Amino acid sequence: MLAFVGFLVSPLEQGLIYGMMALGVYLSFRVLNYADLTVDGSLPLGAAITASMIVAGHDPWLATLLAVLGGAVAGTATGLLHTQLRITPLLSGILTMTALYSINLRVMGRSNIPLLRADTIFNQAAALGLGERGASLILAAGTAALLIFLLYLFLETELGLAVRATGDNEQMIKSLGVNTDTTKVLGLALSNALVALSGSYVAQYQHFADVGMGIGTIIAGLASVIIGEVLFGSSSVWRALVAVVGGSFFYRLVIALVLWMGLQPTDLKLMTALLVVLALASPQLKQRLRLGASGS
Amino acid sequence: MLRLKNVRKVFQAGTVNEKVALAAINLEIPAGDFVTIIGSNGAGKSTLLNVIAGVYPVDAGRIYLDDQDVTGWAEHVRARLMGRVFQDPLLGTAASMTIEENLAMALRRGEKRRLRKGITAAERALFRERLAELGLGLENRLNDRVRLLSGGQRQALTLLMATLKKPQLLLLDEHTAALDPKTGEKVLDLTIRLVEEHRLTTLMVTHNLHQALRAGNRTLMMDEGQIILDVRDAERQRTTVHDLLALFEKRGVYSDKLLLANAP
Repeated sequence: MLAFVGFLVSPLEQGLIYGMMALGVYLSFRVLNYADLTVDGSLPLGAAITASMIVAGHDPWLATLLAVLGGAVAGTATGLLHTQLRITPLLSGILTMTALYSINLRVMGRSNIPLLRADTIFNQAAALGLGERGASLILAAGTAALLIFLLYLFLETELGLAVRATGDNEQMIKSLGVNTDTTKVLGLALSNALVALSGSYVAQYQHFADVGMGIGTIIAGLASVIIGEVLFGSSSVWRALVAVVGGSFFYRLVIALVLWMGLQPTDLKLMTALLVVLALASPQLKQRLRLGASGS
Repeated sequence: MLRLKNVRKVFQAGTVNEKVALAAINLEIPAGDFVTIIGSNGAGKSTLLNVIAGVYPVDAGRIYLDDQDVTGWAEHVRARLMGRVFQDPLLGTAASMTIEENLAMALRRGEKRRLRKGITAAERALFRERLAELGLGLENRLNDRVRLLSGGQRQALTLLMATLKKPQLLLLDEHTAALDPKTGEKVLDLTIRLVEEHRLTTLMVTHNLHQALRAGNRTLMMDEGQIILDVRDAERQRTTVHDLLALFEKRGVYSDKLLLANAP
């Protein structure tokens, strides 16, 4: 029993930390209805900014804050490419993501920064007397809960309603006097700020930042969002947000399970892709099975 | 008051498909006028409404609303002054959002959106009251998503949203055309009631000649980007559907949609 609980802790921590990224993907993919690939670059951007600042001796909280700002700038860049230069959503995200690869290398000065024995937010929390394991879990859970709460509040404000309507029916909210260029840029900035925050936490949690750590972020995010919807539903904004983080936990749990069963870590991306295909196709598959069962 | 001076709009100018949608339109609509607009397909009715709403820019001419020159204003800026209802009932509301959320967004039409609470308790009471006037039972469904409503209910809601914050101008683009005839008549009744109640200056495009003569106090007929008939008040009251059809025939205008909508 204890071993099982022990087995759960790591996916739980990872689920919460990557859950912040999934909240960002939820914001772009579901709320704004914008498939934003910037996240593959903004997650390592958050990690890169944080790691290089910590190594340079700055406070880890300040480093985390700057990572968030960096993510917001990246999202803004994608938003401006789309709204001002009329580049398609998909391509504008890919362009920023590609540019970020070089930028991340510039920020770090090399492709990998280890943070062993460096001062991180987790170490600082542990020093408060929470213990090492407790500190990571409490910090990750506390941050995720706070973000869900803040995001919920935001999505219920005048501005939040306008952002949601932009993704639902752009024509309608325009005719109600909202500049949808602004709401799109704002939504993408917020989304990538969340993703970069997640990247910052990941770097401090796993004690290193790597330029390649962002590959597949969008797929992991989508997997979390979709698994969350299937398992926990999305009948209200509140529920949808909790479901995203829940989905992220479940996704990390599945990964831990298949690794434990002996899958090679290098096969993970393939498995994730298959998982997302399955989740995305599930309404279709269900319908076909039902048709088959009714004998037609 | 709405004033159009020599407004011209050409689509695909300089190509073989060049289409003069509006040819030097001059139009004055005093405050309080409820104008119905008829015409065959491609006559320029919808283009006229879209140009007024700022969906696309004009090629020439000026548009004034209450003595402000709005010609250069973007669509979302003009929304400050105009309420709109579209032909497609799906276009006027956000389906994944609740009835009260849709109404709250409409109540802030043209205002700057801030980080304030999206809906207040006082507003909820107002919504309930205004929804009750529709007589559709929607006042008890504030938290239902709009996706659950029928086309007629959605169009009634859109109409309420367009008038919730009193607009200087109400633009209705064939807003009953996609509904079944009975629901369409109901939505038209509601339109007439709301327009009278709030004394709204209104432009309504329709294919239905009965509706065009039943609603409002003035009727325009358009053909090939021009206004070919403009009757109001007493003269309009003497006009019959037969007169309008005769006029269409005289112009050599033949439209399946028009004939279908007005079959005896």
